[in-house]
Amino acid sequence: MTPAGQGRAPVLEVDKILDDPMTKIVVCCGSGGVGKTTTAAALALRAAERGRTVCVLTIDPARRLAQSMGLSELDNTPRPVPDIDGSAGGELLAMMLDMKRTFDEIIVAHSDPERAQQILENPFYQTVSSSLSGTQEYMAMEKLGQLRAQAEAGQAPWDLIVVDTPPSRSALDFLDAPKRMASFLDGRFIRVLLAPARAGGRAYLKVFTAGMGAVTGVLSKVIGTQLLTDAQTFVTAMDTVFGGFRERAERTYTLLQAPGTAFAVVAAPEPDALREAAYFVERLAADAMPLAGLVLNRVHDSAASDLSAEQSLVAADRLAATTSHPMVVGLLRLHAERMQRISRERRLVGRFTAAFPKVRIARARAQASDIHDLDGLRRVAAELAGTPG
Amino acid sequence: MADWEGVRLHVVTGKGGTGKTTVAAALALALAAEGHQVLLLEVEGRQGIAQLFDSPPLPYEERKIAVAPRGGDVYALAIDPEDALLEYLEIFYKLGRAGRALKKVGAVDFATTIAPGLRDVLLTGKAYEAVGRRRTGRAEYDAVVMDAPPTGRIARFLNVNTEMAGLARVGPIRNQADSIMDLLRSPRTAVHFVTLLEEMPTQETADGVAELRAAGLPVGAIVVNMVRRPPLRPADVAAAGSGRLDRAQVAAGLAAAGLPTDAATVAALVHEATDLAERVALEEQERGTIAALGRPTYELPWLTDGMDLGGLYELAEDLHRQGAA
Repeated sequence: MTPAGQGRAPVLEVDKILDDPMTKIVVCCGSGGVGKTTTAAALALRAAERGRTVCVLTIDPARRLAQSMGLSELDNTPRPVPDIDGSAGGELLAMMLDMKRTFDEIIVAHSDPERAQQILENPFYQTVSSSLSGTQEYMAMEKLGQLRAQAEAGQAPWDLIVVDTPPSRSALDFLDAPKRMASFLDGRFIRVLLAPARAGGRAYLKVFTAGMGAVTGVLSKVIGTQLLTDAQTFVTAMDTVFGGFRERAERTYTLLQAPGTAFAVVAAPEPDALREAAYFVERLAADAMPLAGLVLNRVHDSAASDLSAEQSLVAADRLAATTSHPMVVGLLRLHAERMQRISRERRLVGRFTAAFPKVRIARARAQASDIHDLDGLRRVAAELAGTPG
Repeated sequence: MADWEGVRLHVVTGKGGTGKTTVAAALALALAAEGHQVLLLEVEGRQGIAQLFDSPPLPYEERKIAVAPRGGDVYALAIDPEDALLEYLEIFYKLGRAGRALKKVGAVDFATTIAPGLRDVLLTGKAYEAVGRRRTGRAEYDAVVMDAPPTGRIARFLNVNTEMAGLARVGPIRNQADSIMDLLRSPRTAVHFVTLLEEMPTQETADGVAELRAAGLPVGAIVVNMVRRPPLRPADVAAAGSGRLDRAQVAAGLAAAGLPTDAATVAALVHEATDLAERVALEEQERGTIAALGRPTYELPWLTDGMDLGGLYELAEDLHRQGAA
């Protein structure tokens, strides 16, 4: 049975992408709660067991999944994952992103020791580095750039990097965050705060006669003079490292557009997830980013798909009236629920495919339980590759 | 008698995807029943409440959004941190044009971005103000329900005092934070967690509860959302779980119903029952984790027809029946 829509979607050939030595980066993106981290880990494991040397960068894995990959702590350094099948000559290294530490490292790398110290100790830096929205996305990109540079320079063994993206409300945050952060640090008010530092006293006076005195005056009344001074110090210090920041963000952005990158948009057959996936597919095209295809997790199926939901329900009602087969009544109602779910999922995916007929799709069936071991990851990866065991 | 007599501020949190906004709205409806006035607050700028009630996007203004069962009103407000800051400045400093100037140069955006703690003080501050507001000699709202940030951020969000302590040591913002904290730590506040019977949301709920307790904030109820009732009798689920479903009986039942009885169909149906049994077993495990938290727990059903306004009233009725309101 091939419902309209589904049959037409071309298949995403996962192994072809993972095996191709030209593939250097796989980015798994999508809205939160669709199995992004699991997909990243599964693809990385499969690539490694097929002979690649892979580094997987995860953002916020479930505790037991992290443990299964030997990630007991957040230490910002890729560590070998034990117990993988290395018979094809591959290797898997895994790391969890430590956002704060990545940020600290950038500050240290881009300013003299004295200034770095000044920034790291500023109370604003503490909040910005750990909770400014977009920081996590930005740091994920930064880390990706670093991992790639290490590999290029021959300082690291991996020839493929698989990245998971932060669990943002919207998948687009991943692409927008660096720009948002740049525009924040470039904002008008920041420039005002910076004016005295950049141009000395005269500009300071000039700005303030233009009415800014009242503004900062009010702010210091509300938030306190100390707070405003801290903010000013922070902004001034950040300004000196910021050129480097933007340059690096742009370099990573270019790297993502390169042919060696493959974006896998991860979704589940649910309305919100597929809507997000559609936005993201459009956005990747607009930004000239190479889309590999859609990874569809948690797809339901049935080995008795010839028995329709309607048939099952009618039969269950008829049987219930006889009271002789209560167990089978339950089985039929359960099957009907499943068939209804399958047709809803197919309808949703069919709509996506109608809008994006060229987007390739790889599917993994819904697992009865969460995945927290390497065998589970292998199973998911095999399904995505179309070779379930 | 309802479980939350005396609670004026209900904070609803939950992991993304658990239906936090839906539960907050249903709770507001339930609390408004029988002639009460309830304010439903949204703090994350997603306009989820408007979507839920099929209304156009909410402005920064309290609007009546629904009529509760047996009389009573639910008002809704989407708080925008920038507007909240300007309103705050207006109240305390009578800024007028200077306030608008602040917004124009991006100072407000700057202040709320660089100091997330400040944003949280403004957001919780609005709830504090609404709880305390009086009209014609009595509280304007019998209860305020806040659709709060997700579980992973809730303790930080509510712990405005500690958040601000690092930044503002003195001054009016600090004083404001102190008064808000008094309300949040008091029995007049309850923080409810929405979860699903799944591993990640339950784990996050347990972590969130522990964090709130450590911060001295009052943990309210656990609302288990989207609970699906298995169509199989418990004994059959157990049999499926241990591989003891009788295939001959299945075939006999199928025959009686006039359906195909081939081995493949029988195997498929039995397999589907085994999947269900596995899910049910995991759900039981999560129920145990939730019960161990020792809080009142309510279960809300999975709505087969999807979420709509009618469903919202159904959930409100469910909450009422279980003693939430």
